[in-house]
Amino acid sequence: MIKENKNIKSNSDKMEEVNTNTSAKMTKEEAEQNGMILFVSKSEEKEGLFSAANRRLLTDPLNGDNPITVQILGICSALAVTVQLEPAIVMSLAVIFVMAMSSFSISLMRNIIPSRIRIIVQLVVIAALVALIDEFLEAFAYDVSKQLSIFVGLIITNCIVMGRLEAFAMSKPPYKSLLDGIGNGAGYGLILVIVAFIRELFGSGKLMGYEILGKQAVDPADSTGLYALGYVDNGMMLLAPMALIVIGILIWLQRTKYTDLIEEDA
Amino acid sequence: MNVNSNKYTFIFAIVMVVVVATALAFAATSLAERQGINHRAEKMQDILNAIGLKTVEQDGEEVFLSRDLAEINYEKYIVEELSLRSDGSVDESVKAFDVNLGQELKKPVEEQVFPLYIAEMNDERYYIIPLYGSGLWDAIWGYISLKEDVNTIGGAIFDHKGETAGLGAEITKDWFQDSFKDEKILDKEGNLVGISVVKGYTGGNDKDDHAVDGISGSTLTANGVEDMIQERLKHYIPYFNENTDVKIEYSSN
Repeated sequence: MIKENKNIKSNSDKMEEVNTNTSAKMTKEEAEQNGMILFVSKSEEKEGLFSAANRRLLTDPLNGDNPITVQILGICSALAVTVQLEPAIVMSLAVIFVMAMSSFSISLMRNIIPSRIRIIVQLVVIAALVALIDEFLEAFAYDVSKQLSIFVGLIITNCIVMGRLEAFAMSKPPYKSLLDGIGNGAGYGLILVIVAFIRELFGSGKLMGYEILGKQAVDPADSTGLYALGYVDNGMMLLAPMALIVIGILIWLQRTKYTDLIEEDA
Repeated sequence: MNVNSNKYTFIFAIVMVVVVATALAFAATSLAERQGINHRAEKMQDILNAIGLKTVEQDGEEVFLSRDLAEINYEKYIVEELSLRSDGSVDESVKAFDVNLGQELKKPVEEQVFPLYIAEMNDERYYIIPLYGSGLWDAIWGYISLKEDVNTIGGAIFDHKGETAGLGAEITKDWFQDSFKDEKILDKEGNLVGISVVKGYTGGNDKDDHAVDGISGSTLTANGVEDMIQERLKHYIPYFNENTDVKIEYSSN
């Protein structure tokens, strides 16, 4: 929650730069960002579907408010599915879908959920959605279901989903929550794909399973491409610690470029 | 209405649980039949893949053996389904195809049923043995076929429930499964040695060393594959010794 407040602050700072000439819009958006609006207000009903504030819900999580590198959510699954590009893409799409659906449904229910059991309610909604989708896929799209089966557990326990429900969907209207869910799912997916790209390329010399660096044969004389020159894959890349190190490097690069993301030392 | 009162919280929790449970139970039961058809077809597909049948001829064209084509081709190539007891005798009361190996393994060995499928393809006989064991995280399973000499592997396929994507999950890839083809499971004295999955394998294409190349970063899954082959095959040896012509031929000496 502390993290979230900080981001809200930095977001409204940015907004001031964007909307200097429209002061009326400013106050509305400031109120919306800082005060927790529980019901859809009149001004919001009039707000366009793709207003600047709504677009930011989609684009902010891609960089300045990225769930992995800035909010530090969902690290565990980022370790598990980033050895290859393909599962990372499948996982990203699945998480975007589940986040959009669960944010939307939790937001619809937000005013009737008793606050003492809200975490359990969120978990039940996520788990029920994932289980239902899995049942349907198993019956009608069996191959997709087989692909996704190992991710089901990872999605249900993914802290991003619950983190965003708790921080956003519990207090914002459905449409905004839907956008926030999609945005954060995409931000998560972006990092997943970058990490998987690096790990698959350097760890096994392939991308999406294609041997783009040449073929490594058991007998060095049969190898082609880079391997014929004596190149060897970095086996470390396949192990979980390298995912953390790669994410660490990404966070470093991101904060070097966007210095406003750096927290002040207490 | 006070949404934070004790009464409301209890009622909300109860209603939520009932609604979600009903929805899930309804979905699970109403879709069970369709899911069952998929599982059955996949099992047939797996069994046929284990004898190396990955494409079939359909209307004069070579097509991928999809789940839709599995049943027709299963009828065509599988000539016998047997349920064996641990002493090698045949148990006529059990239908081999319906045996759930995961359940079966929980019983003591004397009470277990060992399904065996016999296929005939291009005038060659294959014995297909279902495998089941545990990988690093969860169950792994597969099918391995033996050629007529009951020593040479005709093909193998593996699948898993929850191995790590990109590491342990690589056992489902063709390159790994293809490396089992033509390996031998018996040593020169006719003892079962199985197949070792070796880290940093340097044997190249040596098919007589009872070993294949492993997968970097998935030693524990590979050990699971190794143990599963060894453990399952040993129960079929009594039947093979009685009923088949076991031949041990090594090219090297």
